[in-house]
Amino acid sequence: MNGNQTAVVAEGTASGRIARELGFGQATFKHQARRHYKRLIGSLLKHALLLPPSMLFLFPLVWMLSTSLKADQQILIFPPVWIPDPIMWSNYPQALTVIPFVRYLSNTLVICILTVVGTLLSNVIVAYGFARMRWRGRDALFFVILATMMLPYQVTMIPVYLIFNRLHWINTFKPLVVPAYFGDAFYIFLLRQFMMGIPRELSDAAYIDGASERQQLVDIVLPLCKPALATVALFQFLGSWNWFLGPLIYLNDKNKFTIALGLAMFQSGYGLTKIALIMAASTVTVLPIIILFFFTQRTFIQGITFTGLKG
Amino acid sequence: MSTVASVRHSADQRRMKEARRTAKGLLAISPWLLGFMALGLYPIGASFYYSLTSYSVLSPGKFVGLGNYRYMLFEDKLFWVSLYNTLYFTVLSVGLGTLSAIILAVLLNLKVRGMAVYRTIYYLPSVVPVVASSVVWLWLFNPQYGIINSVLYYLGFPSVGWFADPVWAKPALVIMSLWGVGGAVVIYLAALQDVPQEYYEAAALDGANSLQQFRSITIAMISPAILFNVVTGLIGAFQYFTQAYVMTRGGPADSTLFYSLYLYYNAFSYFRMGYASALAWVLFAIILLATLAVFRTTLSRVHYAGV
Repeated sequence: MNGNQTAVVAEGTASGRIARELGFGQATFKHQARRHYKRLIGSLLKHALLLPPSMLFLFPLVWMLSTSLKADQQILIFPPVWIPDPIMWSNYPQALTVIPFVRYLSNTLVICILTVVGTLLSNVIVAYGFARMRWRGRDALFFVILATMMLPYQVTMIPVYLIFNRLHWINTFKPLVVPAYFGDAFYIFLLRQFMMGIPRELSDAAYIDGASERQQLVDIVLPLCKPALATVALFQFLGSWNWFLGPLIYLNDKNKFTIALGLAMFQSGYGLTKIALIMAASTVTVLPIIILFFFTQRTFIQGITFTGLKG
Repeated sequence: MSTVASVRHSADQRRMKEARRTAKGLLAISPWLLGFMALGLYPIGASFYYSLTSYSVLSPGKFVGLGNYRYMLFEDKLFWVSLYNTLYFTVLSVGLGTLSAIILAVLLNLKVRGMAVYRTIYYLPSVVPVVASSVVWLWLFNPQYGIINSVLYYLGFPSVGWFADPVWAKPALVIMSLWGVGGAVVIYLAALQDVPQEYYEAAALDGANSLQQFRSITIAMISPAILFNVVTGLIGAFQYFTQAYVMTRGGPADSTLFYSLYLYYNAFSYFRMGYASALAWVLFAIILLATLAVFRTTLSRVHYAGV
């Protein structure tokens, strides 16, 4: 993780910087020393404000990791032990066999990949239709998309379940995957806003050169949309990885469970008796996401601020 | 004559071109259009119809008019319990969440070495899968062996029952929700960084102290972000489900029976799909009213730059 990856906007303004430089230039040595001292105190104070809550934020994950490596007798003792002794690495292979974890992992990955592909394919075309093509009824239909975002999923949940039930799709991945191929209001909105920001002249020039809409989409718009596409792919991947209600409703067969569902069932089945193994399973669920997060921080932050500020 | 013909001809051409453009546009959005009809429009209609019937998967059910709604409002005690629980959780989690997110964003906007690390740490919990964080917090809050009660004991406080105590179960969930404020913090942080530094300099020259500056400049300038976070937080809190299902299944003594959980039980445990549909529509109405109320009470106070 390097430097200012999370910094969203460059620091300070030009005039502030100039003023500070001027002030610094005029200061005598004595002033400088006092200023230096003051700055040190200030920075210590800032750390004093930032550090304790950050420890609280980190703590649950640290405790998860610590518990996952403990032997049973070390878990239930008081005062609690920070660093496990002995370190029970064997909890991990055991946790991954008590429940068919590898199976859940591969199920989850299949669903994640299929939904990411579907989300990208469908939403890119739909967003292009709304952002870069001019046609009658476009704005009215876009308003309908915005309106659907207001509707809580609970309203459509039951009839959609009954449709999939009639199609005999219960206990398959289809109800979890197929809807991704039909677009999603939020992603359409996000991609449309992004595509609107691409200068029209680029497409107009291509249009005069006789490029079809498909060529314009592939050659001009898509390469410029890469950051937005990465955001959508990332959000969808995480969404599918974390999704609980869908798998809960649609999957009954234990062999078809996702990681989220499997972990919840592991917890409710064993509770405190296998807490070290449950924490090991949690760690294995969390770890890929944290690794993914470290590699994609910028995309993450851009996506969130984009939806927060432009939405 | 030839002019009339050519005018008509070009008008026809224009109409043809227009129709072709519309057809192309509709073709482009056809994935969404098809999906919307099958998984949006039809289910909305069906759900409304079901809400007027006693439909269940097991039996076709019959038309009961507004019977489900009447039962809900006048006879179903659990409906009111779940509504109370949901409002309790929504008010506390959105209120405290907004407050702590703004404070954290202000802290994270300070200039100090290592800020990137702090920002990462505060944001990290919001990427943790909900089921995993639920399982972990269940362990932290364990009344006998959980680390939180150990710390309370060490500090001389009485131990708390948390998820074993109907009084403490909801506050425990609120505390857990505060752990995930990172997403909102990022939005506030971006808003804070858009505030022109000159405003503070001008206010300082006019003799405004830092509290006045914070109220009149900072809060005013980030007010659109506050509105966005409050509204999305509100909508999310009304649909709170996964944590409650994984951690408590609604217990103890229905103290964490949230609206969406109760709806889920009706639909998929009791198979009262007609009644569950009615619950869904009432939820929609509540969310709509709450959102409108927030907009109405805050609109005059939200400041949009450049408007």
